[in-house]
Amino acid sequence: MSEETQNRRLVVEAKHLVKRFGKFTAVDDLTLSVNEGEVFGFLGSNGAGKTTAIRVFCGLLKPTSGMARVLGIDVTDDPEEIKRRIGYMSQRFSLYEELTVLQNLRFFGGVYGLRGKAYKEREKWAIEMTNLQGKEHLQTGDLPGGWKQRLALACAVMHRPKIVFLDEPTSGVDPISRRRFWRLIDEMAGEGITVFVTTHYLDEAEHCDRLALMHAGKLMALGTVSELKEVFSDRAVLEVKCPDIIAALDLMSGQDWVLETSVFGTRMHVVVRNAQEGKRLTLQLLEGSGNAPVEAREIVPSLEDVFIHHIEKEEAAK
Amino acid sequence: MRRTWAIAIKEIKQISRDPITLLMLIGAPMLMLVLYGYALNFDVEDVALAVQDRDLSSASRELVDRLIGSNRFELVATLPPGSDIQEFLDRGDAVAVLIIPERFGQKLAAGETSEAQLLIDGVDSNTATTVLGYVNGIAAGINATRARESLRVEGNEHLLSAMINYQPRVWYNPEMVSSLFLVPGLIAFLLMFTAVLSTALSVVREKERGTLEQLRVKPLRTSHILLGKLLPYLAISLAGVVLILVAARVLFGVEVRGPYPDLFLATCLFLVGALGWGLLISTIADSQAVAFQIGVLSALLPTLLLSGFLFPIRNMPQPLQIISYILVPARYYLVILRGIIVKGSDLSPFWDQMAYMAIYTFVVLTLAAVRFKRQEG
Repeated sequence: MSEETQNRRLVVEAKHLVKRFGKFTAVDDLTLSVNEGEVFGFLGSNGAGKTTAIRVFCGLLKPTSGMARVLGIDVTDDPEEIKRRIGYMSQRFSLYEELTVLQNLRFFGGVYGLRGKAYKEREKWAIEMTNLQGKEHLQTGDLPGGWKQRLALACAVMHRPKIVFLDEPTSGVDPISRRRFWRLIDEMAGEGITVFVTTHYLDEAEHCDRLALMHAGKLMALGTVSELKEVFSDRAVLEVKCPDIIAALDLMSGQDWVLETSVFGTRMHVVVRNAQEGKRLTLQLLEGSGNAPVEAREIVPSLEDVFIHHIEKEEAAK
Repeated sequence: MRRTWAIAIKEIKQISRDPITLLMLIGAPMLMLVLYGYALNFDVEDVALAVQDRDLSSASRELVDRLIGSNRFELVATLPPGSDIQEFLDRGDAVAVLIIPERFGQKLAAGETSEAQLLIDGVDSNTATTVLGYVNGIAAGINATRARESLRVEGNEHLLSAMINYQPRVWYNPEMVSSLFLVPGLIAFLLMFTAVLSTALSVVREKERGTLEQLRVKPLRTSHILLGKLLPYLAISLAGVVLILVAARVLFGVEVRGPYPDLFLATCLFLVGALGWGLLISTIADSQAVAFQIGVLSALLPTLLLSGFLFPIRNMPQPLQIISYILVPARYYLVILRGIIVKGSDLSPFWDQMAYMAIYTFVVLTLAAVRFKRQEG
């Protein structure tokens, strides 16, 4: 493939991207690429550097070093052109609450230079997409969260961008609205729009074509959901229940046949090399310590297990 | 331009939905105009005067009558001889006490110099100075009449023509009404206050709500955003000026004597500078509360104290004068306003003040734009 055709297919490209604020490194040596039409999930806890990376891609922040390209344009060369061609929606929705639904659409349309027929067409599309028919003249501040969220998305894509960046778009929204919102994202992806979405809800990550796991500014893992779960191909995850979970955690962590442990409420996930062997040793150890009754069963590893695995590996490396 | 327009229109719609902002921009200045206009008054009238007449002669009565007859004084008490004058002044029952000693009339009749004592409460130095001036004037009048009388009696009346006939005329404000002096200053002060706060709060509010970040991700230049913020508030402030001028005329009888286009031009320049200062504040403050504080400290107080609105700049210590040149554009605007409103002048004598304001405006807008842009990185 020549470099040019490659650029056309890669909508977002980062190579050794670093962003520092003073001594704090928010994004540390990030290398990734996003293909056209992909729903790309950017996962990580708060402060993992997700928002900073997005702000670099949107042309809001200049990288400290490394390269970042969006739609083939280097972010340091022409941030204005990038802004013209992308859509961006932040977790705060950033609508003008005093204005009505239509006034918000008109404003954001105007900001993108849409006028006359071209604008009217998009307005109609936006109202239909967001399912806000008949509510055009309501004040935005009075709308429920899920509706605001859909309106914010419509405002972000009024100008038909090739890619839309969504920064935690579902935070603070009820589960039903979240599901509906993801249906919208899937629809947009179906129209060929690339969606770059950050979230810390791991269940949402399952909607994404590919995922990037971020921790403390670093990329931990990158791939499809099943690819990410491959780290458990030569090992098994056990779910363990017992009366004193904390004592059990302390006891288990010290065993050489236990690879990783993590607590999920009243349960504990234990990573071992072999399911049968691990189950036997677990029961033996815990029941022997008087921490009975013990339940242990093998489970399919979740993304959370993958995530914790990578974070623990990283922490251990330090 | 289309994008600037989109922001300006949005801003106007937002303001029209937000009665509190509108009230602050239009209502607060009107209220302050009325309050300050009536409360601030440098005219010293009806000075409370007490008299202790120990002589009780026709001459002493004449002196008192002359003072009261001047309409400047109001006789609040006649103190019996031997009463405690100090306590009377201490209590503030009178601003001035006239003491006429025994043999006052007798001495005068004998052709001797006669003395009377005036005690003035000097706590309020402005009032004391004015009272002193009144009394000196009246005393000089009495003495002149007496001199004339005695010259005539002695047959030396021809000497009278050798006296200086001093004819003072007060221009522009012949009745020396302080509202004529104060209202232009009040206009400058109110405009500075509302203009600075309007842009500062409007931008910082968008910062607080996260919409400013949204604007930054849009294909908008710094100039689009700043102008889009500045223009609507310029329009609203100008509407406020009209209201203030109408109120000044109705309430205080202050009319604009000079040409309106010149007034408009100077006002626009001043307002753009003040709105620019508000934009500059918005690049520093991250919350509306902080923006308000900075606005009060950097615009409201300096304009109130250092613009020449209440206190002459000439009498200020050098460092404050320098500050007023750099940070108080109202000092320039005030000179122009007094010229146009009170003196009926046009803009031509004030080109230097206009130049200073233009420099201020340019520097402030440039700084605001540079800082606004830098915050992106």
